[in-house]
Amino acid sequence: MAQLPTHSSAWDMSPPEPVDLSSGKYVKLWQGPQHPGITGNMSLELTLCGDEIVECKTHVGYLHRGFEKFMERRTFIQNFTVVCRIAVPEPTFNEYLYSAAVEELAGIEVPERAQWLRALNLEMMRLASFVMWTGGMSGAFGLYTVPNWTLTYRDYLLDLFEELTGARIYHMYIVPGGVRNPLPDGWKERTLEILKGTEKLLYEVERVMFNNAVFKARSKGLGLITPDMIDPYGIVGPNARACGFARDLRKDEPYLVYDQLDFEVITGTASDAYERAWVRQQEMHQCIDLIRQMLERTPDSGPFQARMPNVLHWKIPPGETYLKAECTRGEYGYYLVTDGSEYLRRVHVRGPSYTHAIAVMERLAVGTNIADIAGLMVSLHTYPPEIER
Amino acid sequence: MNSMLERLAKEFRITDVVERRPGLTTIKVDKDLAETLIRELRDREGYTHLNFMTAIDRIEDGLFTLVYMLHNYADKSSLSVHVDIEREDAEMTSIHTLWAQAWTYQRELRELWGIRFPGSPRQDEDFCLEGWEDIPPMRREFDTVEFCERTFVSRDGRHSEDPRDHMHEVMFPNRGGDN
Repeated sequence: MAQLPTHSSAWDMSPPEPVDLSSGKYVKLWQGPQHPGITGNMSLELTLCGDEIVECKTHVGYLHRGFEKFMERRTFIQNFTVVCRIAVPEPTFNEYLYSAAVEELAGIEVPERAQWLRALNLEMMRLASFVMWTGGMSGAFGLYTVPNWTLTYRDYLLDLFEELTGARIYHMYIVPGGVRNPLPDGWKERTLEILKGTEKLLYEVERVMFNNAVFKARSKGLGLITPDMIDPYGIVGPNARACGFARDLRKDEPYLVYDQLDFEVITGTASDAYERAWVRQQEMHQCIDLIRQMLERTPDSGPFQARMPNVLHWKIPPGETYLKAECTRGEYGYYLVTDGSEYLRRVHVRGPSYTHAIAVMERLAVGTNIADIAGLMVSLHTYPPEIER
Repeated sequence: MNSMLERLAKEFRITDVVERRPGLTTIKVDKDLAETLIRELRDREGYTHLNFMTAIDRIEDGLFTLVYMLHNYADKSSLSVHVDIEREDAEMTSIHTLWAQAWTYQRELRELWGIRFPGSPRQDEDFCLEGWEDIPPMRREFDTVEFCERTFVSRDGRHSEDPRDHMHEVMFPNRGGDN
């Protein structure tokens, strides 16, 4: 692991001064909010000198739906249908964190079987999200075969979610007290079969994408994150691990059943777009391994839902908590404040994109060629909905 | 209270120390000492990670509680630093020189709660609302339903129910009365 950086008072973390557009040397270009190279609905306001970016400003808000305010006006049980909508490709992390935070404040003990089913669900989600991201990453560098393969396999994984939860995207499977149902008959076998195919897909992706000369030439050295940026910029997840920081909440502060699983934190050293992609590629293999371990060890019997109070009249004692989990992009967290009533006093959703897509993106974009800006953004794996909640 | 907090409590007049669970403690500090305390925590106590910044609107007390969630990777502990500020002309010292993402949080707090952080970069630029002229929408007195009824037009034939009353009626049709 790299040494923790020491803070220097000389470190200037403010955005740079705006350039003088009247000089005639620069062109202002807006990329997004609708653009194939943008991850989600946000836009980049780029200032170019030739084809080099000299300034980048990010703009969010195209997907602002006021979730946090909305949740303050809904009962605890109503909110579990809301939280999954905050991060579209990874609803499960929202479901888990919201439920776990409410359970902690209400003093509810979740049965062991539900904990295994939750962890299994989270790893399935991680795999589906990474598989989709791989398609985006290769597409951003002009390799259009890989997205076709990966989106197909994501759909196979979503088939499994549909069978387990009844929904493909917003599963609403993890609820306060446990999960909604156990594994259907034959689901384990079908999952193992699809994992076998996904593993094969990953080896194909390795050959076609990671060994591709164009991908290597364009992504190596792109968007270099230095170790001294990690803490001052709040960089987490694979973006930090690709820089040598062995930080993973599943290992550092284990939740659910992760302390009973056998895995190591995957790190890289080069810390560029290629290395970040390579760390995620390794984590997909690790994910498959974790799912196999859990399929073997998840109890087949026992309760999967705790005894709950009447949720229509559910009051939770005053309290405050912050719970976090390792999502595909790093630390995802829910901060909840209750005041003894039937409603949340305050909820704050913490997503890694808040810093990756704004402060980090604005800094790394400077000096990048305009052709590589989409690849740089995808390599940081950003989701605008978790910024504007 | 651990020795670090005991020392800081004397130095920075920390109050309301509550261990919410092992690894998560909340503390309260005065507005004028908050920035210095946070800097001390980051530079000398290992709380190098700013998880997030947010605010809780305590309209009944005429206050906002600003929350700075800090994390220490070495001992895996989180510290939630609470700072009460007046709701009227709400203003707080900026910490944008400590973490790069702090000015983004401060932009959000200015836009959605109306809390100003003098000197924070791009403070007055729109964040996730564009051309917003109403009161900051995360304040408790902002009525979302009233705003929507005033701003948008419902399509004919649409109506909504109070979910609790509706569920009560569906599940216990014969019980009636107070639910």
